Amino acid sequence: MKMSLKPSTIDELQQCVQQHPRVLARGAGTKSALSRVDATTQIIDMSDIRGIKEYEPNEFTFTALAGTTLAEIDALLAAQGQYLPFDPILMQAGATLGGAVASGLNGSCRLRYGGIRDFLLGVCFVDGTGALIKGGGRVVKNAAGFDLPKLMVGSLGRLGVLTELTLKVFPRPNARLTLRVTCSDLTDAVNKLYQSASSTWELEALDIEPPATLLLRIAGDENALRARAQRIQNRIERPAQVMTDAEEKDYWRSLAEMKWLGKNAILVKVPMTPKRIADFDASLLSYSVMRRYCVAGNLAWLAWPVDRPLDALHTLLLSMDLSGLVVFGPANRIFLGKEISQDLIRRVRKALDPDQRFPEY
Amino acid sequence: MSLSTLITSLTQIYPHDRLLLNDGQLASYESDGLTAYAVRPGAVVLPETAEEVIQTVRLCHQENVPFVARGSGTSLSGASLPIEGGIVIAMNRLNRILKIDTEQRIAVVEAGAINLDVTRAAQPYGLYYAPDPSSQLICTIGGNVAFNSGGAHCLKYGMTSNHVLGIKAVLADGKVVQFGGESLESIGPDLIGLFVGSEGLFGVALEVTLRLLPKAECFHTVLAGYATLEAAGDAVTSIVASGLLPGAIEIMDRLAIEAAEAAVHAGYPQGAQAVLIVELEGPSRQVDSEKIKLTEILKQSGAMEIRVAANETERMAVWKGRKSAFSAVGRLSPDYLVQDGVVPRGKLGEALHRIRRLSEEHGLRVANVFHAGDGNLHPLILYNGRIEGELERAENLAAHIVEMCIEMGGSITGEHGIGMEKREFLPRLFNHDDMTVMKRIRCGMDPKGIANHGKMFPDI
Repeated sequence: MKMSLKPSTIDELQQCVQQHPRVLARGAGTKSALSRVDATTQIIDMSDIRGIKEYEPNEFTFTALAGTTLAEIDALLAAQGQYLPFDPILMQAGATLGGAVASGLNGSCRLRYGGIRDFLLGVCFVDGTGALIKGGGRVVKNAAGFDLPKLMVGSLGRLGVLTELTLKVFPRPNARLTLRVTCSDLTDAVNKLYQSASSTWELEALDIEPPATLLLRIAGDENALRARAQRIQNRIERPAQVMTDAEEKDYWRSLAEMKWLGKNAILVKVPMTPKRIADFDASLLSYSVMRRYCVAGNLAWLAWPVDRPLDALHTLLLSMDLSGLVVFGPANRIFLGKEISQDLIRRVRKALDPDQRFPEY
Repeated sequence: MSLSTLITSLTQIYPHDRLLLNDGQLASYESDGLTAYAVRPGAVVLPETAEEVIQTVRLCHQENVPFVARGSGTSLSGASLPIEGGIVIAMNRLNRILKIDTEQRIAVVEAGAINLDVTRAAQPYGLYYAPDPSSQLICTIGGNVAFNSGGAHCLKYGMTSNHVLGIKAVLADGKVVQFGGESLESIGPDLIGLFVGSEGLFGVALEVTLRLLPKAECFHTVLAGYATLEAAGDAVTSIVASGLLPGAIEIMDRLAIEAAEAAVHAGYPQGAQAVLIVELEGPSRQVDSEKIKLTEILKQSGAMEIRVAANETERMAVWKGRKSAFSAVGRLSPDYLVQDGVVPRGKLGEALHRIRRLSEEHGLRVANVFHAGDGNLHPLILYNGRIEGELERAENLAAHIVEMCIEMGGSITGEHGIGMEKREFLPRLFNHDDMTVMKRIRCGMDPKGIANHGKMFPDI
């Protein structure tokens, strides 16, 4: 019989970890596959460990408890003309800061300045022994001690329960504009992606919407934006539509909310390289999978149909030396394809979770 | 542990000219950029292949002999100081740039490749490698990875860790591991993030995959002279708060300006107590609009003189002056200590004021040349090691500066690492439990504690 664990203080959280043999933290549960547990593991509901502890607009840093929603943080930052440049996903769905760090997931616009790993300055977490551990700091540059904040990015709650996070943020651009470029086919789109990614255009986002649409987002001073867009259009030599204002904003927001997915799909993240897109895409054709290539070809999102065996995707990824992470949807496994570096992870887990209270990778 | 058994085994791998044993040869390896420390190693090997490095590490593990992997020895925290009774693995000959992929904008290099050589190889394609420590002419990527090196342009694009995509390494127990890859995205715990900045305590990086960036279309580099150092510090606070995101914001004080002028004639304003260097970069129309805002802020901040680099030659002169400042300070004083503390950017003016007071109290000159935009201070404490008691006074002054950074909520090191130099201060930032976890990670990677033993933690 599972009790519901919902600590409201860090002390209580530490006790939860110490008193239960198998636990996993969950924020809002928006990435359902990542907080699914077996019958022996208890969920720790983190939604009461919330609140923004410190925000210094002039320093461009903030510290918040892990259960704080990204939407609350985003609203606070927006009021000061700042934003989270890693483009968090599922923000409107209620995703928490702790979940964003633990899942290590970023949206398309992380292209410009980096992913959540590049913005995380400090962490506090409860390790597998129940001890409260601090890593990193609160200043924007810091090389003291091992970089435990980065280690926690993508750790999926399996190295510790995040309690508090410090991030740096950036000034929010005044205006944004998106070009929707129609290419002749996927190969053409990939070639145009190379051209765009190596250019000096400083793109916020660069995505391919199969079969052959390239999306380029630019940001900055409103007066300069139109001229920049015109110049890109001239260089790219393909028909392009301009999106601005609410239409443009809604387009990217609904992408980050994964609204394109539809029902009955399993969301899978696949770290990608642009050179593999053509082969990968061709091999997916027989499965009729909705998909999208983001971050200049470095990230693929797949909507795997629930009625298709996930093992087929696992085998496909394995054959292409790619790995995948199931984010949400009904699935009995979260890692697909090529294995992540188990040797190193075993060593780290032994240090942080010697009694194996957290699920394995 | 048996150094002599190890050396016998090493003769099976290395010809005599790549296994250095006599005192004259070993002397060049006994110190690094932190010259106050020196230890003569038992032997130095000069591997030419990754396989030789792997074999050497495995032998060290087997014989329980500590080793230090060393690039060009530019560390300012004593990172590559040899270990008594141990060996040095000099990585400089593994300096090949294995691949530049212009389409995916990545470089694959051996760990001994020189930082600036990566940019040189990428330049013909309009690309560059962003982290630019002042020692970039000679420092190696392996060293940059071990200590998460920074540079003047970290403000916008981050440190080494933000530019490493993949690593192949040999762990201290001889296990060869490969993690990360060629993609900007990954899944699972960020092992690249953990490895970068681990100060060589896990093992030796062999091959590194780096991200390259397209060179910006346009630069706008401004020099502003100020009547006081604090005013320059306050100007930085205003620039950061304004929402501008320059590629670099640097400050040099009068002593550093004089030294740099004498060394490279960079054309810095004479008579100013401090100069601020601000560099905007990006698409030209965007920079055009940002520079109006920047000029306004600089005028309001009380700058005595504002000078803009008119062309690439003038821009390079500005940077040459800045990057040569550390070595140029050598003209002012026979010895100096470099500090690397970080303070919140809103407290820069106050921090500089307190450093000046500490300098007066200790009767030692302090030159300041630092990454102001990040709040990363580099006070250079000038002393003469031949004068009885001056080194101790300098170290005492350094300790006060470190404590000030901790007190202000900052860090004891922004980019030089803990190394030998700041080991006793690490427990001031982290409590017993935090330290225990870090030590357990170290032991997991290196059960015998032989990789760069004594750095970061004195005891393991």
